[in-house]
Amino acid sequence: MSDGIGARVKRKEDKRFITGKGKYTDDIRTENQAYAAFVRCPVAHAKINGINADAALAMEGVIAIHTGPEMKEDGIGDMITGWAITSKDGSPMNCGVWNPMVTTYGRYVGDAIAIVVAETQAQARAAAEAVELDYEELPATVFTGDALNDGAAQVHENVPGNMIYDWEIGDEAKANAGLANAHHVTELEMVNNRLSPNPMEPRSAVAIYDEAEDHYTLYTTSQNPHVARLVLSAFYNVAPEHKLRVIAPDVGGGFGSKIYIYPEEITCLWASMKTGRSVKWTSDRTEAFLTDAHGRDHVTKATMGFDADGRIVAFKTDTIANIGAYVSLFATVTPTYLHGTLLSGCYDMPAIYGNVKAVHTNTAPVDAYRGAGRPEATYTIERMMETAAREMGMDPAELRRKNFINEFPYQTEVILQYDSGDYHKLLDMAQKEADVAGFEARKAEAASRGKLRGIGYSTFVEACGLAPSAAVGSLGSAVGLWESAEVRVNPVGTIEILTGSHSHGQSHQTTFAQLAADRFGVPIDNVQVIHGDTDKVQFGMGTYGSRSGPVGMSAIMKALDKVEAKAKKIAAHTLEASEDDLVIENGEVKVAGTDKKMAWHEIGLAAYIAHNLPEGMEPGLKETAFFDPVNFSFPSGALICEVEVDPDTGVTEIVKFTAVDDFGTIINPMVVEGQVHGGVTQGIGQAMLEGVVHDESGQLLTASYMDYAMPRADDVPSYTLDHNSTPSPLNPLGIKGCGEAGAIGSPPAVINAITDAIGNNDLDMPATPSKVWAALQAVKPAMAAE
Amino acid sequence: MTTITVSVNGKAVTRDISDNTLLSDFLREDLRLTGTHVGCDTSQCGACVVHVDGTAVKSCTALAVSLDGANVTTVEGVSTGGDLHPMQRAFNDNHGLQCGFCTPGMIMAGIDIVNRYQAEGKTLTEDAIRAELEGNICRCTGYHNIVRSIEDAAAEMAGMSKAAE
Repeated sequence: MSDGIGARVKRKEDKRFITGKGKYTDDIRTENQAYAAFVRCPVAHAKINGINADAALAMEGVIAIHTGPEMKEDGIGDMITGWAITSKDGSPMNCGVWNPMVTTYGRYVGDAIAIVVAETQAQARAAAEAVELDYEELPATVFTGDALNDGAAQVHENVPGNMIYDWEIGDEAKANAGLANAHHVTELEMVNNRLSPNPMEPRSAVAIYDEAEDHYTLYTTSQNPHVARLVLSAFYNVAPEHKLRVIAPDVGGGFGSKIYIYPEEITCLWASMKTGRSVKWTSDRTEAFLTDAHGRDHVTKATMGFDADGRIVAFKTDTIANIGAYVSLFATVTPTYLHGTLLSGCYDMPAIYGNVKAVHTNTAPVDAYRGAGRPEATYTIERMMETAAREMGMDPAELRRKNFINEFPYQTEVILQYDSGDYHKLLDMAQKEADVAGFEARKAEAASRGKLRGIGYSTFVEACGLAPSAAVGSLGSAVGLWESAEVRVNPVGTIEILTGSHSHGQSHQTTFAQLAADRFGVPIDNVQVIHGDTDKVQFGMGTYGSRSGPVGMSAIMKALDKVEAKAKKIAAHTLEASEDDLVIENGEVKVAGTDKKMAWHEIGLAAYIAHNLPEGMEPGLKETAFFDPVNFSFPSGALICEVEVDPDTGVTEIVKFTAVDDFGTIINPMVVEGQVHGGVTQGIGQAMLEGVVHDESGQLLTASYMDYAMPRADDVPSYTLDHNSTPSPLNPLGIKGCGEAGAIGSPPAVINAITDAIGNNDLDMPATPSKVWAALQAVKPAMAAE
Repeated sequence: MTTITVSVNGKAVTRDISDNTLLSDFLREDLRLTGTHVGCDTSQCGACVVHVDGTAVKSCTALAVSLDGANVTTVEGVSTGGDLHPMQRAFNDNHGLQCGFCTPGMIMAGIDIVNRYQAEGKTLTEDAIRAELEGNICRCTGYHNIVRSIEDAAAEMAGMSKAAE
């Protein structure tokens, strides 16, 4: 089957994008369109006494200006978080109140204070500039490592010491005992740098209130429109669910940052009701840097103990995680259950303890960004493994092999049970693809050119397929993390798949269609995938955490099972055969061993004409399914990075990057490779280029692409990729998920390669030329003195 | 307000526009050609690249009034008679796009790169493509397949220009 599972089918969605006919939120213009701009807090912490909008209201085109206190009066709810974390002493987490627009205090540069609605975008922006703010600047806490210090400025009055929670996982006594008796102990302090997700499409919202119907429609840049509707209804009281339609049309990337329901969407919906106009807001890039949820931002001390043979005896980490000024939707789970539970990596560790203190600072909210917690865990573990190998004089690959988990399922010391994997094979394949055997010769050749060549590894496992609903519920999640699907066979035999997953680059329109093409042998052009509209799809939890494959496609498989069963009943009845004798091939249902058959479209027609259905069967051919996973899935991989450093400048070039992954079953290898290319590039960006930087007052210094270094085409190499699949036994397709793996696994491979090249393990991300040069000087004092 | 007449995708359009209208806004808002995207406002990301008189220009940094009499081509205008441009086809063939937001700019920059190299008789190596793409950011693809797409299209475009000779 050329369009089925495993085929490199070219994307069905491409035509509209390559011809400029994509339909993104900012491309939508409604009748009666007005435009919004926001007045934002200009400092990191301030008491807002009020605004003077007289001059702004008098400007041409200005329709209305509204503030947070008015919103509060109208009953619009405070922002919520979706996951409650309990501290190690049993107390519930503490978090500050987040009003969609400021009522009293502005707590980060960019905090929304007022909305200006005008006839054009330019008029709205100009008027927002003209609104006078009356505020008193207050002391701010800006940096992660400072938040818990005595005397640090309080971000929220009700969060003493800025501590949101002090959480732990594992067994501290056991880990301490293991470390006390260890033959060798490796210690490192690491910063997991704060990142801005930067989907290329800025966030945007078009909010339309229909007074006659008392109904709202919101077009928005969302990864999960149904969750947006639920939250907007149940918590923000914008409108009840049946009076609110949320549409996420073409969405230009998300990487986590478009999971969350932000103040701007809420405010635009409310402003549409207040003004009677359709209200559109589109972020500019600086606003995106200021207000899109950032990612990572951990400071971690790690200690790992080994026995004389190089086997890990204990692992301990102590992390401060910056949550920012407010607790965003999934902010609390990222440093805990998506980070602490992965601290075993792909190694058999007998004792693990992780402590995470989550803190408020006067910076933008920090939440899940591609990988969410798992990159932080992987970075810590893989830096430790490489550093320990160097300290013990062992080959880093051999140290890993010695500690790999070999049998599955494997129960870690930190909750998770891994489903399947073959970590040895991945590393073997990666070493071969990367030609590790030839490295010393390449290093010598590089040295002859005055370059320092280094090689670094990362072998990782991560948890995808969020997530078993009951399990996450017991850990504090406010929602279940199943997925839904509906498969509709039309009377002419064409097929529509409605999914609660949301594609914002993931190629669902193609990959999901391959499932139906594979199942029924119909041309892929006869299959349409529908998503992103709460009026069309019943419900869905959206796309993040690499869940569209293992959870979203599993729901589709369940619906296909039901359709197939009913189709066979119809065919058996019509052909006067037993269902057990039927096979589906090339778009026909055949009675095995005979020439009796029905074409697929004949079954569709029979189902809807309903002249001759089995007794008691309802007409139609349309089935719905919900899939709730029984466990996470656990993709793994072995990555090898090779770099050349110019010792005179610190400029580092990635000369080869190899990734061998285990994603379980692969539906479309072309699409999966694309996900790895992009993920690895984001990881290289974190390792070498990207970093959100604030000054001491909390002003954002990296608020444009002239200040925040995004990976560009000449910063990265072409990649060498391969796969080895051990299908997950826990979902119908055996899929593990591939969306985040590249971003999770790659940063430590890069840093391990650079530290190998320069001979200094003390190097933080992003490894800019100046940092690499300085690290090199630190271990070469003689050279520096010359 | 100033009256300008511009040829956009081969069709003459005359509009009264305010003097501070950016070309990107003129295309997106006045002409409703929304294939041209704005991703950064600072000429860094290249999602807004169009051709003005045959040369790649970042439309978020050009004033529409300065283009009176110019020929502007957007991503909507590069296919001819229903046939995709080789650069468009190559992006589909090589999975050179994911979310699609940067793609119009990538295609317009890609065509410009190939045209310039072929006009000057220079070989378009992978390194050259990567260096030339310095002004276009993609967050999804890691550039790997964008490079493949431009290589493929360059080969086909070379064949086309040979055939035309």
